[in-house]
Amino acid sequence: MADAPQRARGEAQYTADVLLPGMLHAALLRSPHAYARVKKIDVRRALEAPGVHAAVGPEDVEALTDEPGFFGAPVAAIAANTVEQARAALELIDVEWEPLEPLLDPDEAVRRGQLTDEPRRNERGDFERALADADVVVEGEYRTQVVLHNPLETHQSVCRWEGDTLEIYTSTQYIWGIRSRVAKQLGVEPDNVRVVCNYMGGGFGAKNDPGEYTYVAAELARRTGRPVKCALTRREENLAAGNRNATIQRLTVGARSDGTITALGGEFVNAVGWDGWIAPTDGPMQTLYHCENVRTVTYGAKINTAPMKAFRAPGYVEGTFGLECLLDELAARLDVDPLELRRKNYAHSSNERPYSSKNLMECYRRAEPHWERRHELRTRSDSTWKYGAGLASQIWYGGGGPPSYAWTRVGSDGRITVITAMQDIGTGTRTAMAQIAAEELGVPLDRVRVELGDSARGPFASISAGSSTTPSMGPAVRAAAADAKRQIIEIAAQRHHLEERVLDISDGNVVSADGNLSSPLEEIVGLLENAQILGKGARGPNPTGMQVLTFGVQVAEVAVDVETGEVRVLRVAAIHDVGRVINPLGASSQVEGGIIQGIGHTLSEQRLLDPATGTVLTQSLDAYRLPTIADVPEIVCELIDKPDEHLTNLGSKGLGEPPIVPIAAAIANAIRDATGADIHSLPITREEMLRALEAAKQKQRGAPAAV
Amino acid sequence: MTINGVPREADVWPGESLLFALRERLGLPGSKNACEQGECGSCSILMDGTLVCACLVLAAQADGHDLVTVEGLGENGSLHPVQEAFVEAGAVQCGFCTPGLVVAVADLLRRDPTPSDDAIREALSGNLCRCTGYAKIFDAVRIAATRA
Repeated sequence: MADAPQRARGEAQYTADVLLPGMLHAALLRSPHAYARVKKIDVRRALEAPGVHAAVGPEDVEALTDEPGFFGAPVAAIAANTVEQARAALELIDVEWEPLEPLLDPDEAVRRGQLTDEPRRNERGDFERALADADVVVEGEYRTQVVLHNPLETHQSVCRWEGDTLEIYTSTQYIWGIRSRVAKQLGVEPDNVRVVCNYMGGGFGAKNDPGEYTYVAAELARRTGRPVKCALTRREENLAAGNRNATIQRLTVGARSDGTITALGGEFVNAVGWDGWIAPTDGPMQTLYHCENVRTVTYGAKINTAPMKAFRAPGYVEGTFGLECLLDELAARLDVDPLELRRKNYAHSSNERPYSSKNLMECYRRAEPHWERRHELRTRSDSTWKYGAGLASQIWYGGGGPPSYAWTRVGSDGRITVITAMQDIGTGTRTAMAQIAAEELGVPLDRVRVELGDSARGPFASISAGSSTTPSMGPAVRAAAADAKRQIIEIAAQRHHLEERVLDISDGNVVSADGNLSSPLEEIVGLLENAQILGKGARGPNPTGMQVLTFGVQVAEVAVDVETGEVRVLRVAAIHDVGRVINPLGASSQVEGGIIQGIGHTLSEQRLLDPATGTVLTQSLDAYRLPTIADVPEIVCELIDKPDEHLTNLGSKGLGEPPIVPIAAAIANAIRDATGADIHSLPITREEMLRALEAAKQKQRGAPAAV
Repeated sequence: MTINGVPREADVWPGESLLFALRERLGLPGSKNACEQGECGSCSILMDGTLVCACLVLAAQADGHDLVTVEGLGENGSLHPVQEAFVEAGAVQCGFCTPGLVVAVADLLRRDPTPSDDAIREALSGNLCRCTGYAKIFDAVRIAATRA
């Protein structure tokens, strides 16, 4: 990665490292109740505490509330000389709480009609009739838990007013979104908000919006006339910084005896929390397979838990777990090979629109040798450890889109700077953009530098979310490089009295087709002395009438200790189709990172609540169990690397999210293969595994399974 | 105390962590604050040659001791072999955990120049990374081990 040395040396400046002269530190008072009313709040004692400069409450900042709807909801904030002083002063805020009865059960919320939005219904064909006509029907209820993003850099902002301009240094996935949201909220002109994010320590979807910490820092900075930093602690990060919401999925599949799927139905309850949106948990059921009769309804349950935020393929991670487990249960019922079942129900075209490109069948073909390993794998089983393999398919977005802009500046020294006001979420954005510019301009990679991260120093750029960074920004950078190249060739043609069409740039030299001219770029551009060549580029539209999607399949191998319930993931083969791959090393790192995050989701991660009070019990990284290096299996990554001919001048789709989509189902299906137990709930803790094994035993004996 | 070979002094509040003093008083922000309670390893440094989480050491306790932070790993502005290996292997994504990891790996390789996979898992399981999936960190340790 181009900027890896800076990061490895500890020189990269993150928001956490921003220290401005005279900067104050803010701390937030958060609700100790899952649901309460603030009857009275008095900050006078806090204001007299040592080092304290200002305090704000629900009346001062809209992001603070006097009716907290979840444990950890922000209520008030203090700015002091040091963060310790601010935290100490929080204790002196006098609050009279009126605790209210929290609602924590999402099904109950649906029954009561306490919803975040209208239920979302998607229907095609005649589901009921197809189900009645089906040879076999399989039903299942699947549950997924709340998991937390826990980026290593917590959510934070530093705000400073310079006259009527607000400078925001913030850890964000969307510089321009912060700019427009804050401008709107504070009633200032967008041009009077400058947003800076040079380096950020991870986001995974949780850092798309400003957040209370930004608004609080802005208001406290306004009141004190000093820069204010508001950084969440790890504890706060685990309470109120967003999450992947829990889901309950009640699924039905009807099929003919030959394995043709004829009906798919699902009722999805998304436990959205106190606020948030309904992620498309029904998406995989609607789009992954060819099926004429599909009926889904998705409810957003408004309950007294922290609001969900986008988390790496929101909805599709959860929905793929349910659907792909259901499909393997169907395969088992029909005694059909799970890979064959998926091929048989392949969607060659979407119901509405053609795909811009789809190579899922090729992914399946490449999965075969990995899938074949299961026969040998199973023979390793003994009375305690059972071995097996499972697979699951992946569908997700990742095409990106306009608008996005980039500039290229070519100096008389022949060096190139790519300028765009995008952010790097930490995925190697600078490297990918430099590679694209270097390739287009025909110069070595080390001649190109990428400047990003500042809304005042570059054109509009898209969000780093939805696997869109490369497909949205890459084409703009390529177009900007092409614009600069055209100008360079024009100069060279004039200088050497040649036609432009015979000239090209290769390995840093302007060359003619007949080989007679080979002039270093700096000699041509050097003719301009202090003048510079400026290239401009914009992201073009996506192909009209087409669906731009990513596809893949993963094969997981597991070992299960049937005595203790321990599950070990031994090997994962990940085969994905994301169009053209720009940086193979960075791409495989994305795949590995997605798989490990998915293994955490599948086996160990879970935000736990006290079921009576709604208090969050997992407030630290000790209690909330992220995967460590000890949990890493063998990962084999294969990318189809075939440019999408319909998609932009680059043919690349995004890769941030696809790898996390199928892993939970692949592991659950491998567990079924190894033990015969059906997994219906995440995470697959030892207790859950033992419960599933017991249920499988009961089922074998013909007794009704304990649920 | 000595930090990265240079004698340094700082006025600290008695309850202050060494991590805070390094980052906010001594101009050494390379060690990262990601949990403040010894769970993530992002602030790993060497104190008299022993790997510690700087957030779990009081600044006052460091008085008279010899510290090495991520800023002091490489010599004369060049990358330390472990840092080089991280760059080469692609073991860096967002990079927030990287400073702690490279210090921890440098410590591991000094104790055990040819660590087995299990030894790597054991030594680095206290350094959390949310981006890379750790696979390339294994690669980086193996590369660095061949060069040490």
